[in-house]
Amino acid sequence: MMREKRIMNKCLTLFLTFFRIGIFTFGGGYAMIGIIEDICVERKKWISHEDMMNITVIAESTPGPIAINCATFVGYKQAGVMGAVVATFGVVLPSFVLIFLISKYLVHFMDMPVVSGAFQGIKAGVGIIIVNAAINMIKKMKDKKKKIPQVIIWCSFGIMLVVNIFSWNVSTISLMLTAAVVGLGIFLIKEADKGGKGR
Amino acid sequence: MMYLELFFAFFKVSCFAFGGAYGAIPLIREMVLSHGWLNDESLTYMIAVSESTPGPIMVNLATYIGSEKGGFWGAVIATVGVILPAYLIVLLITALMKNFIKNKYVQAILQGVKPCVTGIILATGVFMVVKNCLCIDGIWELDIRAVGITVALAGCMVILKKVRKKNISPITIILISALLGIVLY
Repeated sequence: MMREKRIMNKCLTLFLTFFRIGIFTFGGGYAMIGIIEDICVERKKWISHEDMMNITVIAESTPGPIAINCATFVGYKQAGVMGAVVATFGVVLPSFVLIFLISKYLVHFMDMPVVSGAFQGIKAGVGIIIVNAAINMIKKMKDKKKKIPQVIIWCSFGIMLVVNIFSWNVSTISLMLTAAVVGLGIFLIKEADKGGKGR
Repeated sequence: MMYLELFFAFFKVSCFAFGGAYGAIPLIREMVLSHGWLNDESLTYMIAVSESTPGPIMVNLATYIGSEKGGFWGAVIATVGVILPAYLIVLLITALMKNFIKNKYVQAILQGVKPCVTGIILATGVFMVVKNCLCIDGIWELDIRAVGITVALAGCMVILKKVRKKNISPITIILISALLGIVLY
C-alpha cells in the first residue's frame, strides 16, 4: 500500500512538472534540453548530469521528437513504465489542447498582434537558452584537459555553423556517425598501443 | 479508415525523423501533399503556428493536421502516432541501458558522440541568436529590437550568475522575452 501511494505521488509530481515544461518549450527540442537540465538535474535532482548527457545523445540519434525522448527517459527513471507514460502525456498535453483550440476556433491566430509580438521576443529567448545549455555542457565535461573532446566540439560546431549558414542539406546524423567512428578509432588505437607495450 | 491512415502516416514520419523537427518538416510536407490532405499554403500556415506555439513542432503539426482531417479523435490519433516510436525506442534503450552503457565499445563511441552533440547544439543556438538579430523576414538586415532583447536577456543572466551565483531558470527567460516582445513589437 505504502509503495503504491509513493508511486502515485511520484507520478503526479512527474505529470505536473512535465506539464509545466510542455507549456514553456518553444522552438523545438534543443531548448527543452536546457529546461529539463535546469528542472530535473539542478533543482529536483531526479537524474544526474551524466544521465542527461546520455539521453541527449540517445534523443539525437534515435528518431522522433527530442522532447518526447527526454520526457519518456526521465519518467521511466523516476517511476518505471507508468512514470514514462505520465511524463510523456504531461509534456504533450498543453500544446495538444492549445493547437486543438487554435484549429477549431482561432483561425487567425498568427495575425493577432500579441501573439506575433510575444513570439518575436521568445525567439531571442530560445536562442539564449540553447547557447546556455551548450555552455553548461562544456563546463561540466569531466576531462577538460584532454584535447580530443575539445577538438571534436569545435569541429562539429564549425561544420554545423557553416551548414546552417548556407542551408546545406547535411543531417546531424551523418556528423554524429563520423564522431562515433572517430571515438571508436581512437579507442582501438589506444588499445593496440597498450597491447603492444604489454608484450 | 481516415483514423488508421492518419495513425500510420504519422507513425512512419516519426520513425524516420532524426535530429528533431527541422528534419521532419520536409517528410511531413511530402506525406500530407501526397495524401492530398491539405494544400501547400495551409500547410505552410500550420508550420508557422506549430513553431510559434509551445511544444515539440512535430507533435503540434500532427495534432493540427489530425484535428483538421478528423476532428478531436483525428488529433488524438495523429499525436499518438507521432509520439509512439520515440516513446518505445527510449523505453527499450533505457531498460537495456544499464549494461549497454557500460560496454567499453559503447563508451568509446560515446566519447566521440557526446562532444559532437555539444558542438551541434552550440552551433544551433549561436546561429539562432545571430539569425534572429540580423534577419527580418528572410532578408539580411539588422533588427535593432531583437538585438535589444538579446543583449538585455544575456546581460541579466551573466550579472545574476556573477553577483548572486544564481541561474535564472529558462522558464523565466521565456516569460521575460515574451513580455519584451509584446511591448517592443
